Amino acid sequence: MPALATVPGKSAARVRDDILGRMPGTNAAYVAAVAFCGAIVAWALFAWGYQVVGGFGHTGIRRPTYWGFYIVNFVFWIGISHAGTLISAILRLTGANWRKPVTRAAEAITVFCLMIGGMFPLIHIGRVWLFYWMIPYPNERLLWPNFRSPLFWDLTAILTYLFGSLIYLYLPLIPDLAELARRSAGAKRRLYLFLSLGWTGSDRQWQALERAMKLMSLVILAIAVSVHSVVAYDFSMSVAPTWHNTIFAPYFVVGAIFSGIAALVLVMAVLRKLMCLEDYLREIHFVNLGKLLVLMSLIWLYFTFSEHLTTWYGNLPGEIRVFNIREHGLYGFLFWTMVACNFAIPFVLLGISRLRSIFTIALSSAAVLLGMWIERFLIVVPSLSTPYLPAAWGDYAPSWVELSITAGTFAAMALLYLLFVKAFPIIAIWEYDDGISAR
Amino acid sequence: MADTTASQVEGDAQSVPQWAMAIDLDRCTGCEACVLACSSENNIPTAGPDQAAKGRSKQWIRIDRYYEGEFPDIKVKYRPVLCQQCDEAPCEPVCPVFATYQNAEGLNVQIYNRCIGTRYCANNCPYTVRFFNWFTPEWDDPLELQLNPDVSIRPAGVVEKCTFCAHRIKRAKLDAEAEDRELADGDVQPACVQSCPAEAMVFGDKSDPDSRVSKMIASGRSEQLLSELGTKPRVFYLSKAD
Repeated sequence: MPALATVPGKSAARVRDDILGRMPGTNAAYVAAVAFCGAIVAWALFAWGYQVVGGFGHTGIRRPTYWGFYIVNFVFWIGISHAGTLISAILRLTGANWRKPVTRAAEAITVFCLMIGGMFPLIHIGRVWLFYWMIPYPNERLLWPNFRSPLFWDLTAILTYLFGSLIYLYLPLIPDLAELARRSAGAKRRLYLFLSLGWTGSDRQWQALERAMKLMSLVILAIAVSVHSVVAYDFSMSVAPTWHNTIFAPYFVVGAIFSGIAALVLVMAVLRKLMCLEDYLREIHFVNLGKLLVLMSLIWLYFTFSEHLTTWYGNLPGEIRVFNIREHGLYGFLFWTMVACNFAIPFVLLGISRLRSIFTIALSSAAVLLGMWIERFLIVVPSLSTPYLPAAWGDYAPSWVELSITAGTFAAMALLYLLFVKAFPIIAIWEYDDGISAR
Repeated sequence: MADTTASQVEGDAQSVPQWAMAIDLDRCTGCEACVLACSSENNIPTAGPDQAAKGRSKQWIRIDRYYEGEFPDIKVKYRPVLCQQCDEAPCEPVCPVFATYQNAEGLNVQIYNRCIGTRYCANNCPYTVRFFNWFTPEWDDPLELQLNPDVSIRPAGVVEKCTFCAHRIKRAKLDAEAEDRELADGDVQPACVQSCPAEAMVFGDKSDPDSRVSKMIASGRSEQLLSELGTKPRVFYLSKAD
């Protein structure tokens, strides 16, 4: 049996009613929120359609900056998806019991972020209707994808991670689905019953579930590290100035976990307010995640410092030009904003214990998300806009198409979350249950 | 130039021509006749002033200008830059669908039909000579009447670049075959080479030591662009030693 989490002053049965009772009903506020997010997503889909039908020229992408906002967003969302892996896999394996009420929220982030992030390669390519040519499928013309291409590795890694994360989200949902089936009626009951795979809560089933989750945490951890390394290889396999370096893979993994924690804290803070989960998502959870955030911030700073120091000291003609434009003008402003968001703000707000509160931890997390988005922008754009031959230089600015689609992905994240918390309990009920007596 | 010798030997073993170009920078006047010839030969659509300002114009060959000194004491140097047809092309391995590869004659080939438009190749080209089709190509009337039937028109969403006028190579081979003779040096002339009034550009088989291009490569004045990246380009630039 897994070790049980408890809530002061509440019995297991009380907790169960409590969490299930807080799943949102179909009230006006909920409908309005869904409609609002849905409208933004619909607008983003229109923008995408406009780009596909009207031509890629409607974006701001131009020679030589052939990758723009789409790839920035892609790296950003895939990075955030590491929230679930950290909380579920690392903390589960290390037996950190405080993680329990935040596990499902984190795993849901992983799945949704991968769904959103995985869209960007499709949005990004020139002929999206032929995207399946990247997939190795048997065909009579014996045409295969290029296994040497980092983009093919990417596709493989992300699909593996998505399916792995879906399994990992689904496994701990099974006992709760059985509970939901018991409490609902009609079509809803049939759906929950079907999804719960005949769960009765027998000892054998619990043991099988525990075994499966332990195995999956090991598997998912390895996949998560590989996924963001592969995302980094998209850049570091290239010869573009400052992209071709060895530090990117670990740097990206660290950045991914960093932004993942930030996203989780922010989601938790919102859930806590909107779903009145103050009893469950307590200050201790925020403080613990805040400490992890500071730790990752320092590691991030170390990597950033190492990367920039070696580029500057090496002083290679191609690289130093990219370095210099990143220190001045708009990119310079973005660079120092990034350092402030990713290091100064979390370090001050969370480092000084008097300033540490749920609000400041959430604020730091928002800053980190902004900072990490800028970091990806500063990796993708300046390198491309400043290629080796100065005659080819050219600046990039997004058009309304990219901006709409970017806004749409944030709305899509909110929308998926709204739908998820309505259908499933956002806190794993069974982790508070003793399982056997509830049978 | 040790690399050049190695690939010449390779070329001999394969007994197919190894195409290369030599450009004498001391002859280039920067007149851009090659740019115009290339655009009309290869059905390159005009972008229009608005799109050109956004960086969407396409020139498979362009003239890079380098200035030395301050006005009025200024010197300008021109360098025509086209696809360098690299032997170790960074654009090739990164394509997820094999839309670009190097053929036996050393041409870096782009398969428009296979391209899905990830634009990774274009990013990974140190010379920035790969171009993306932002829109379905259009020509201002009556330019569509002068389209070259030997060159396919590229649809929106794919990457394209200089082919060393592959269709002219094909035509020259067919002509030689019909006349039952070997392909002679100078039979193949890409549009840019043909149109250069200063005769700064020479195209030919570098596996043949007697060809003009081989002699120019061996002249001691030749260098490759960004050779430190190890891309082994097939375009050689000749200039006087400074």
